[in-house]
Amino acid sequence: MTTGAAPLLKVRNLRIALPAAGDRLFAVDGLSFDVHPNEIVCLVGESGSGKSMTAHAILGLLPPQVRIDAGSEIVCDGTDLLQLGEQGLQQWRGNRIGMVFQEPMSALNPLQRIGAQIAEALILHARTLGAEQVRQRVLASLAAVGLPEPERICRAYPFQLSGGQRQRVMIAMALINQPRVLLADEPTTALDVTTQKQILDLIRRLQRERHMGVLFITHDIGVVADIADRVIVMRQGCAVEAGTRDEVMLKPRAEYTRALIDALPGRRPATQDEAGGSREVLLQIRGLSKRFVTGGSLWSPAREVAAACDIDLDVREGETVAIVGESGSGKSTLGRMIMRLVEPDQGEILFAGRDILKLPRRDLANFRRDAQLIFQDPFSSLNPRQKVGEAIARGLIIHGEAPKAARNRARLLLDRVGLGAWAAERFPHEFSGGQRQRVSIARALALQPRLLIADEAVSALDVSIQAQILHLLGDLKREFNLTLLFITHDLRVAGEIADRVVVMSQGRIVETGTPAEVLGAPRHPYTRQLVSAVAGTDFLGQLAQDRAYIEALA
Amino acid sequence: MKPALLAFLRRPSGVIGLVILVFVVGAALFASAIYPGNPWDTVATPFTPPGTDGLLMGSDSLGRDVAAGVVHGARISLLIGVTSTFMALVVGVLVGAIAGYSGGRTSSLLMGVTELFQSIPAFILAILLVAILTPSVATITFAIAIVSWPQVARLTRGEFLSLKEREYVQAARCLGESPVSLMVRYILPNALSPVVVAGSLSIATAILIESALSFMGLGDPNMMSWGYMVGTARTMIRQAWWMSFFPGLAILLTVLAINLVGESLNDVLNPRISRQ
Amino acid sequence: MTNWSDKTLLSVAMLKPVLARVAKMVGVIIAVAIFNFFLVHAAPGDPALVIAGQAGATDEAYMARVRAAYGLDQPLTTQLTGYLRKVVTLDLGYSYRQQRPVAEVIAERLGPTILLTGTAFIISLVGGIVLGGLAGVRAGKFSDTVITVLSLVVYATPVFWLGIMLVLLFAVQLEWLPPFGYQTVGADLAGWALWLDRGRYLLLPAATLGLLYLAIYARLMRASIIEVSHQDFVKTARAKGAGRSRVLWRHMLRNALLPVVTMAGVQAGTLIGGSVVIETIFAWPGLGRLTYEAVLQRDYQLLLGIFLVMSIVVAIFNLVTDLLYRVVDPRIRSV
Repeated sequence: MTTGAAPLLKVRNLRIALPAAGDRLFAVDGLSFDVHPNEIVCLVGESGSGKSMTAHAILGLLPPQVRIDAGSEIVCDGTDLLQLGEQGLQQWRGNRIGMVFQEPMSALNPLQRIGAQIAEALILHARTLGAEQVRQRVLASLAAVGLPEPERICRAYPFQLSGGQRQRVMIAMALINQPRVLLADEPTTALDVTTQKQILDLIRRLQRERHMGVLFITHDIGVVADIADRVIVMRQGCAVEAGTRDEVMLKPRAEYTRALIDALPGRRPATQDEAGGSREVLLQIRGLSKRFVTGGSLWSPAREVAAACDIDLDVREGETVAIVGESGSGKSTLGRMIMRLVEPDQGEILFAGRDILKLPRRDLANFRRDAQLIFQDPFSSLNPRQKVGEAIARGLIIHGEAPKAARNRARLLLDRVGLGAWAAERFPHEFSGGQRQRVSIARALALQPRLLIADEAVSALDVSIQAQILHLLGDLKREFNLTLLFITHDLRVAGEIADRVVVMSQGRIVETGTPAEVLGAPRHPYTRQLVSAVAGTDFLGQLAQDRAYIEALA
Repeated sequence: MKPALLAFLRRPSGVIGLVILVFVVGAALFASAIYPGNPWDTVATPFTPPGTDGLLMGSDSLGRDVAAGVVHGARISLLIGVTSTFMALVVGVLVGAIAGYSGGRTSSLLMGVTELFQSIPAFILAILLVAILTPSVATITFAIAIVSWPQVARLTRGEFLSLKEREYVQAARCLGESPVSLMVRYILPNALSPVVVAGSLSIATAILIESALSFMGLGDPNMMSWGYMVGTARTMIRQAWWMSFFPGLAILLTVLAINLVGESLNDVLNPRISRQ
Repeated sequence: MTNWSDKTLLSVAMLKPVLARVAKMVGVIIAVAIFNFFLVHAAPGDPALVIAGQAGATDEAYMARVRAAYGLDQPLTTQLTGYLRKVVTLDLGYSYRQQRPVAEVIAERLGPTILLTGTAFIISLVGGIVLGGLAGVRAGKFSDTVITVLSLVVYATPVFWLGIMLVLLFAVQLEWLPPFGYQTVGADLAGWALWLDRGRYLLLPAATLGLLYLAIYARLMRASIIEVSHQDFVKTARAKGAGRSRVLWRHMLRNALLPVVTMAGVQAGTLIGGSVVIETIFAWPGLGRLTYEAVLQRDYQLLLGIFLVMSIVVAIFNLVTDLLYRVVDPRIRSV
């Protein structure tokens, strides 16, 4: 599988020992791989697989309490980087090896202008350059990563740029010294899909132009499909499979790789049932509007953001509607307005025929029995000082159930969501992210609502856990006869579970239709952009055809 | 709670603080048993150096036993430190909780008042209050509480502001919890540990303010206090260093002990900050 | 879209907090004045007694004069507006003890207090940042432990006792510095010689007062440096190839300073409060010493005046630290 040229980066038997208190001894255990010129190698794995540690180890950026084992080798251009001291490594960092990080929001110094920060990377390795030369090189580097008005960006502070712009700045900084190797540690994870697409294209383009070797770390199989030449699948510090993209993705040999690919949203069989259309309208939204005003004082004009702009939406009883949009599209605000956590400026929300915005206090309490919300972050959606059983029983107790009966019901529900009644007496910190999300679901279901709103309920979870939770939601929906409003940024998830997909952008609904219509033949330009930005779409199509072909043969 | 206790005991600085504190509290509780009689009484020749005539810490210019004064002085320091902090906590938590939860006009009004109190030189306000209301345990406690509550209020408000946006609080709202229940059941328990830590550190500050007030001659005239002892002895520093040295050391150790305990408490109660 | 024309941004941004602060300062002064007024009336006994500072025996004719002079026979609201009007014109009343207007007495003492607290402020801030920064960079090492333990002890030390102990050491035992005073009495110095002489007298009180706050800032700076060192942009700087000292000076330091500057503003009030005991010990002829004298003589009129003036001084300190913060943090500047 190696090409003729010598590898740019050669990692051999890399072992990274964790501090003694951890749950395992090694974060990375005996990993070996090469990165050649002119290729993108993806290290893919779920959280805790050691993929990010590997990237940090190459440039000696690991936290001090973590040690690399003596037998390990990281060779670049004939030099074992592990044998270089801190001083020696400084000559390599940002010079022959560039690195881009996950969080563009915090990766730049908030108190320094962009220009100065990029110039620093240059000056550190080319001390003889004059001020004007430095300026020209910095401007050129900003232009190269596709940033408009480089002069203005140079003078800006990080907080004045968007996430995508900052990530471009990071790339400009990493590449200004023309390194042969680029390490990219989840560079698009914190970005919206359309921005992700642009950054992936940019990295691809720069890699080709400069014949670089790129080590690309990601948790997203879809991203791998889009960008990788070769893939290494990691699990708990070990490589479980390695090969070219097509080998690994189309004919995965390892069980784990297959599971990862199958867990990919859009790969699983669709769960929607046909019953959806015929029933009555449960939720009717008319002309709903909400503007948020931020900042604003005597000297600076207030900034207004339209979170909802004249929204009309019908949701039928028993239907699953996915609301899809990027951050800032207003999709979460819509969910919160239905729950009356946020008060709209205008419009009406009819639930079973009654306008909930005009409900008196008493009836509002009753409405709250009928509609419940599941939140995104499993770590902040449970009260850290409340036992899990109590958290679930509270809703029933508030609505008049006897505490004892309520607690029994809580135990039953915990059992139903797959946790077991034992969980009732535990505190949230004793559970993993996926388990907590099960608790949240149980809490929402305790009141036997008719409408369940899931706000990015699986976004914070690893794909394999994501699949389990989606499966559970599907089952519960049928069992409890729920109407589901599923808010997500992930078109793939939406396509998998929804009867109907609603696409939102800047507070407006831009398109509505069945998953097949919206994903297959999007009409609105924004939807088209969104659909084409989904990582791995081309590949998934190809994969589906391949599978069909193989199955047809069998 | 048990693992928290263990974690606390594993910190040497906290244990040292606790041991000192036990001694100080013991001195306050059993002062009359350790040094029976009135600490204001003359018991020896004036200016007796420490270690002579059975006087552990010597005598002062009026022949009073310095050691007896130090032991009895623990009472007023702890009494005023604890009660004034308790008052400050009650007012501060109440104001901070309401300001943090309600938002809007109520919040800005309450925080305006709080900020006003914070931008006034606290010690001078305390002097003014005690001087005009005439010094007594009650007025000193009141004055210290007046200057200490704004800090608690700000801290509590900050906690409430961030906690009320947490998803679990929103989820509880969806369940139909009332505002009072949200504050008491969901927000307060999670806001409490930083407040408890701030409270313990505030006892130390209160003791320092009390000692400075009595140093200035604004102590309760009926109770022996460390600050008073240093204040009267300061002009005789050339002749008799011990008269101001020992009471001052008592203040230092007491305050240090409370700070050590408070910080260890912080490490135990707010683990996310200290153990990254 | 944002306009980054720097010059206009800077001037507007600098003007706005100044104006806001000045408005707030006026609010503080009015509030303190009202508070003073009610304190006099809430105090036990006859307000005239409070105002006259219980001077001499309760001579009825004299009391009547005081009542008339302060309009104590008029309704409360009239008295309040009258009082506020006086405060605005810097008429802070008459000290019957000193037999002079309060404003005059205070004006005379203001200079030395500002000299003392200003010096202490600079000592504490510079020393705290340097030592705390050092401790933060060497977290866990011996020098860190020494700095941390020392600051913990100093932080727990009553400032008046610390002053006395330093006098005992440096003035009584070592005889390096004068134990108290403002300048050598009767030396008749001028120009540089005078300031050098004053400097010797200033050193001990300013160091005593500064030391306590130095401990506070050092602890904060240490924590701040450690916190900043875990932030992503530090990793970015290292990934560029910057060495440890460059990362520290160019990237961490300014970010770490932000909470210290905020704290310095908050602490300004207590720093000035601390000058009361320091000036008392070192016989420094400033407002603090005056406070002590006023307390001893029960000269409440003077005490109320000092409180008002010190509140203004604190407000000015706050303004300075606020502006300092804006210089350090661009985000505040343009929000």
